[in-house]
Amino acid sequence: MDIGNETLGNQDHLQRRWSHLRKLLERSGPFCHPDFEPSAEILNFVMSSCKVLVIGAGGLGCELLKNLALMGFREIHVIDMDTIDLSNLNRQFLFRIKDIGKPKADVAAEFINARIPGCKVTPHYSKIQDFDEEFYRQFHIIVSGLDSIVARRWMNGMILSLLSYNEGELDQSTLIPMVDGGTEGFKGNARVILPGISACIECTLDLFPPQVTYPLCTIANTPRLPEHCIEYVKLIQWGKENPFDCPIDGDDPNHINWIYEKAQERARQFNIGGLTFRLVHGVVKNIIPAVASTNAVIAASCATEVFKLASSCCLPLNNYMVFNDVDGIYTYTYEAEKNPDCLACSNNVKTLDVKDGNMKLQELIDSLCENPSYQMKSPGITTVIDGKNKTLYLPLIKSIEERTRENLKKTLNELGLKNGSQLIVADVTNPNTIIFSLRMPKENDMVVE
Amino acid sequence: MIKLFSLKQQKKDGESAPRVGNQKKASAAQLRITKDINELNLPKTCSTEFPDPDDLLTFKLIICPDEGFYRGGKFAFSFKAGPNYPHEPPKVKCETQVYHPNIDLEGNVCLNILREDWKPVLTVNSIVYGLQYLFLEPNPEDPLNKEAAEVLQNNRRLFEQNVQKAMRGGYVGSVFFERCLK
Ligand SMILES: [Zn+2]
Repeated sequence: MDIGNETLGNQDHLQRRWSHLRKLLERSGPFCHPDFEPSAEILNFVMSSCKVLVIGAGGLGCELLKNLALMGFREIHVIDMDTIDLSNLNRQFLFRIKDIGKPKADVAAEFINARIPGCKVTPHYSKIQDFDEEFYRQFHIIVSGLDSIVARRWMNGMILSLLSYNEGELDQSTLIPMVDGGTEGFKGNARVILPGISACIECTLDLFPPQVTYPLCTIANTPRLPEHCIEYVKLIQWGKENPFDCPIDGDDPNHINWIYEKAQERARQFNIGGLTFRLVHGVVKNIIPAVASTNAVIAASCATEVFKLASSCCLPLNNYMVFNDVDGIYTYTYEAEKNPDCLACSNNVKTLDVKDGNMKLQELIDSLCENPSYQMKSPGITTVIDGKNKTLYLPLIKSIEERTRENLKKTLNELGLKNGSQLIVADVTNPNTIIFSLRMPKENDMVVE
Repeated sequence: MIKLFSLKQQKKDGESAPRVGNQKKASAAQLRITKDINELNLPKTCSTEFPDPDDLLTFKLIICPDEGFYRGGKFAFSFKAGPNYPHEPPKVKCETQVYHPNIDLEGNVCLNILREDWKPVLTVNSIVYGLQYLFLEPNPEDPLNKEAAEVLQNNRRLFEQNVQKAMRGGYVGSVFFERCLK
């Protein structure tokens, strides 16, 4: 067979493979952003340079990886700390029975790479917290399909900490957009976060549905629902009787059985029906059933946003889309507003220059009070050293003041503060905590001096 | 419009080896609790104790009511804010045995903002005021200790005596209360 012809045939195949994308990227149209300049370069960027990080390889993650890979993205990384469980297989379609027990990230990457020619997914079987700024900075876009608010808030803090400002102006090359998808049963949402520009996760913490809770007195005295009975056993009876001498473990069938029996007794006592083992398990473990179709819709929306951001062919979602198919289909898009007092995004990290590590904490506090741009009154300062929180000085809380007073006489070196350490400063003069990054001259600089 | 493809085509292929996480940064919960604690504006009947000054997420609140049924008593509450604070409220338990319609003998407290009515805009200070209010106005409508609630509803004199008895240390009915006078 003629090799030349085969190569040509492949190219032809590739040309046709991306023809739909080229229609979007190489022509203008009424839905394009007015600044959009069609060019063949854009597809080239999507396919060869654009680096996308997918967080989570679960229900949303499998959908996202499939969507992105089929849309032409080739440089994809995926992080997931979980292994595959039998109960995942109905919707996490990159996994098979033989994969049970293996890391989700590894199996998902292997599947996509084998199935979609040219695509290179790099798996990371780890926690998001295992990576530092350096790692996250390499990506153009981050898309997350997480089921935890703590993890979302951590990611949010990370992309905000990557921003850098020149004289108060955001350096746009440090901005990494985050597309965030979330689902709960038949409800879901997709949102686009331009850190430092649009509402961040902390700005809209109110939007996350709180865990279902019932008033304690209802649970204790006037239960009406089977859930009330289960909560009663979980919150009150367990602590009183302590049947296994340990906190409740939702994965231990003995625990669930005990709760089931006790809740049944209580339900009988109050004439409440509908109490099943399944319900007990669900309430104790806070299980909200995952729905494959909701994941598919939300992931499709997120992947579209990634494509829009990467190509600039269309304005991105502004900025929050809710979806609900409990009863018919409902969707609504609105602009979640940036909270001007947001603790995470309203105050970018400020640099605080100190002469060297021999400066005493008291001197640093004095300088915050004397500095014309801060003029603080009685700043409280905490920091994080080697991953542990440390209170340096809190003047207003008597019991802490007494025990941190001696820190005032210590030098920054003695306190473990280094170049780049972050100080969290709260003061009555500012409605927010201010984060300072310490800048000390390097030792060689001092030699030059 | 941010044009990623023109901005960052030059983006470096940063080395992507996983590292031991850089943990210089404070968590969002830590940022928020620092602000909450530094802004604590305690009524004169309340004080705080921090067993570990480096851990602002765990502390005790001491309430010594100066009026109402519980005047002269001293009640300790443990506070524990988790990593999801303020999305989730701190866990609060009463550590002093108290004869109170809204606090049971295990220390569970029935205060709406500790559970179903918690909102991230609320602060530690809001809870302090809520707890202080529970001592001024025990509420027999939402009982956790049903017996105490019934007594309060039907015989305020007896309720007052029972509270005194419990605070001095002794039995109310079949339940023994430890002395908690200031
Ligand atoms: Zn924000």
